[in-house]
Amino acid sequence: MSAALVSMTGIVKDFTGVRALDGVDFTLRPGEIHAVMGENGAGKSTLIKVLTGVHAHDAGEILLDGKPVRFNSPGAAQAAGIATVYQEVNLTENLSVAENLLAGREPRLGPFINFRAMRRKAKALLDDLGIDLNVAAPLSSYSIAMQQLVAIARAVDIDAKVLILDEPTSSLDRDEVAVLLGLMRRLAAERGTAMVFISHFLEQVYDICDRMTVLRNGKLVGEWATADLPESELIGHMLGREAAALEQLERSVAGHEVADEAPLLSAKGLGRKGSIAPYDLDVRRGEVVGLAGLLGSGRTETVRLIAGADRADSGSLSFDGAKVAGHNPRTAAARGIAFCPENRKTEGLVGDLTVAENMILAMQAARGWARTIPQSQRNRVVAEFIDKLGIRPGDPDMPVKNLSGGNQQKVLLARWMLIEPKLLILDEPTRGIDVGAKADIQKLVAELSGEGMAVLFVSAELDEVTRLSDRIAVLRDRELISVLESEADMTTERIVDTIVAGGGSE
Amino acid sequence: MNNALNRVLANQYARRLMWPVLVLLVLIAVNIAVTGFDFIWPHVSDGRLSGAFVNILRRSAPLLLIALGMTLVIATKGIDLSVGAVYAIGAAIACQTIIDGTDQSAAGLIFRAVAIALVATAVIGAWNGTMVAYFGIQPIVATLILMIAGRGIAQLVTGGQIPKVQDSSPFTELGRGEILTVPVPIWIAAAVFAALVLLTRRTALGMLLEAVGGNPEASRLAGIRSKGITVLVYLVCGLCAGLAGLIGAANLGSADANNGGLWIELDAILAVVIGGTSLLGGRFYLLGTAIGVVIIGTLGDTIINIGLSDQWQFTVKAIVVFIVALLQSPEFRAWVFKPFKRRPAAPAAAPAEEVLAK
Repeated sequence: MSAALVSMTGIVKDFTGVRALDGVDFTLRPGEIHAVMGENGAGKSTLIKVLTGVHAHDAGEILLDGKPVRFNSPGAAQAAGIATVYQEVNLTENLSVAENLLAGREPRLGPFINFRAMRRKAKALLDDLGIDLNVAAPLSSYSIAMQQLVAIARAVDIDAKVLILDEPTSSLDRDEVAVLLGLMRRLAAERGTAMVFISHFLEQVYDICDRMTVLRNGKLVGEWATADLPESELIGHMLGREAAALEQLERSVAGHEVADEAPLLSAKGLGRKGSIAPYDLDVRRGEVVGLAGLLGSGRTETVRLIAGADRADSGSLSFDGAKVAGHNPRTAAARGIAFCPENRKTEGLVGDLTVAENMILAMQAARGWARTIPQSQRNRVVAEFIDKLGIRPGDPDMPVKNLSGGNQQKVLLARWMLIEPKLLILDEPTRGIDVGAKADIQKLVAELSGEGMAVLFVSAELDEVTRLSDRIAVLRDRELISVLESEADMTTERIVDTIVAGGGSE
Repeated sequence: MNNALNRVLANQYARRLMWPVLVLLVLIAVNIAVTGFDFIWPHVSDGRLSGAFVNILRRSAPLLLIALGMTLVIATKGIDLSVGAVYAIGAAIACQTIIDGTDQSAAGLIFRAVAIALVATAVIGAWNGTMVAYFGIQPIVATLILMIAGRGIAQLVTGGQIPKVQDSSPFTELGRGEILTVPVPIWIAAAVFAALVLLTRRTALGMLLEAVGGNPEASRLAGIRSKGITVLVYLVCGLCAGLAGLIGAANLGSADANNGGLWIELDAILAVVIGGTSLLGGRFYLLGTAIGVVIIGTLGDTIINIGLSDQWQFTVKAIVVFIVALLQSPEFRAWVFKPFKRRPAAPAAAPAEEVLAK
């Protein structure tokens, strides 16, 4: 076994009375891809931030190449060869690919930048990594995935010995993930770069990682070679309980009654130019309709028309026996249509407002500003939902931006459950949240539909869609190509087949 | 004791107000040191409350009105540059209406003048709000139009003259009079302050405003009538500016279309920022704004009292603003307090420092 490149021992980090890391050890060897696993709040990000110089540790020791180091700023860590690629790409979109790659190290001609040399150098760098991009094009003309690759290429060129990838794949589709993982493998094999990989997608972790370090509640659970740790055990270690929770769910979801009556919602030829082709879709009370398709297939666009978030330019919508006209989020909520958008931070929550305020926002909006929700009622419902959904920390007066992703999602769900909607639209409610919260939310969806609520459920994770849905609408290239109805069709394979076949008909 | 202090500091409103209050107390202390307790302690003479601090409050009333309206606008991620011009329009309409009347002392005429001025400035505010909310024009551009055009409108109202109201007209009482020994402008400013606090904190308006300013798209999807709220806020801001113009005109007994309320928008924005409301929108602090206004008002007197010439006015103002801005910057405070935090403090004291540093 080769000597450790990075060795962290007994790392302790405290925040305002909370111990985020409690004596954690972490070892990274040259050329390995190492996953740091754990639920949100387990201490993954804190560990990474200590390693990258964002936070200074309170106790413990970090050895880099056998020498003790202490980084007081991200710059110091970078100078020592530790580079980070985040979920959100930290580059300048309106500059060209080449400029982004070589920013700060541009080839010069006297006082001027030698743009030709810069493009040549950038091209060589990308070719070397097997990435095919036009280096003169602005970065914004490429997808997030490609931008992600540029960020990695930049890090590699700065001669990073350690590359930290924090949720790099969460907004990528399958093909893009494959490209990214391919690049990671090449870096590990050809350059001996050591990588720390953080992802919620277990499939990817198992696909690419050599070793895993599992954290829980700021403590080290253990370190394993990937081959030695089956998925169920990993989940058990992460949750600190046996992995029964997820399996139980499958049984509780299956086989509830869908009311056999006129549909609650009926879309006829509903569409919007450049966004989603006209489609028909019915949803009945007590039914969960899943929407499946690749990223960019029009899943979000489909539900946004129903939610009134975007205006349809063709077709008609009827809801609860009445034709819907003048549709917008406010009238939709008044009718009983609730919409939890895909992007919690930018479209869902108001970060500066408290947990309680975010929860009552839709209810208050429906009442208008003059009719304030009485303090006693407000305290009661907020406490009830914090308890019911298991929101942690359970402090109603904490700014919602301080909560973890899973808890934020629960706050958003509570906001809409408060108005007791007839139809609940969930766009990627489980993206980027930990396994425990994911199971909670799936369970909740099953429960709500059991009580007669209709649910439209969008998710990139196919097994989640198949597990929860009574019917599945399959989308491809901004078109609803098929609705799978029968029990036998509720499988990942059928969905994939349908998507592939849908492509053939064009 | 320590616990109680922690609880107060944990309250985000208290935390935001701490630095402005501290700066104000320092300014007051400096004045007391130089001129004695008479600075802060008013006395009654001729049936009116007087004293240096009362005068500061009286002179600050128009700025306070404008800054309060500005606070609400800034909470929605907006800004209103037209308030100085609207001030001039309010003043011009009121004075012109009064001098056009036959009996400048008639109560009916004065009520009419005030009413017309307030309705007109409210309409102008609503116009600003409509441009921002319904036509999607950036607030700085939308209100810049009226910042320039407004003074032109005021000139048209007065026909290019400076209308002078007779000193005997009761209208001047708005700026010069007193009720129960307290100057009328202070009553008006206090009443508007109380009304806005009640309007925003006793109803849900404040929270919805903060939601719209904090995240417009999330607010829209939550079903908030953000456009209506935006128009309302600009309307209130216009109304406040008009009212400020009335007080200013009543104090002078005239309306100067070119110089009335000149650059007051900048002082108002300054007061809002000193008070802890971010120009990025979201959380707003009306009490903080009020403190900011008093800081700005007290500064002028302080400069004279400590024996600096009037030319120092702007420089000293800039220095104080600089200090307040630094104190409000988390980065700066973290840097300054770092040496204190590193020391292994007693367990009870540690959380308090953390909170302070936040």
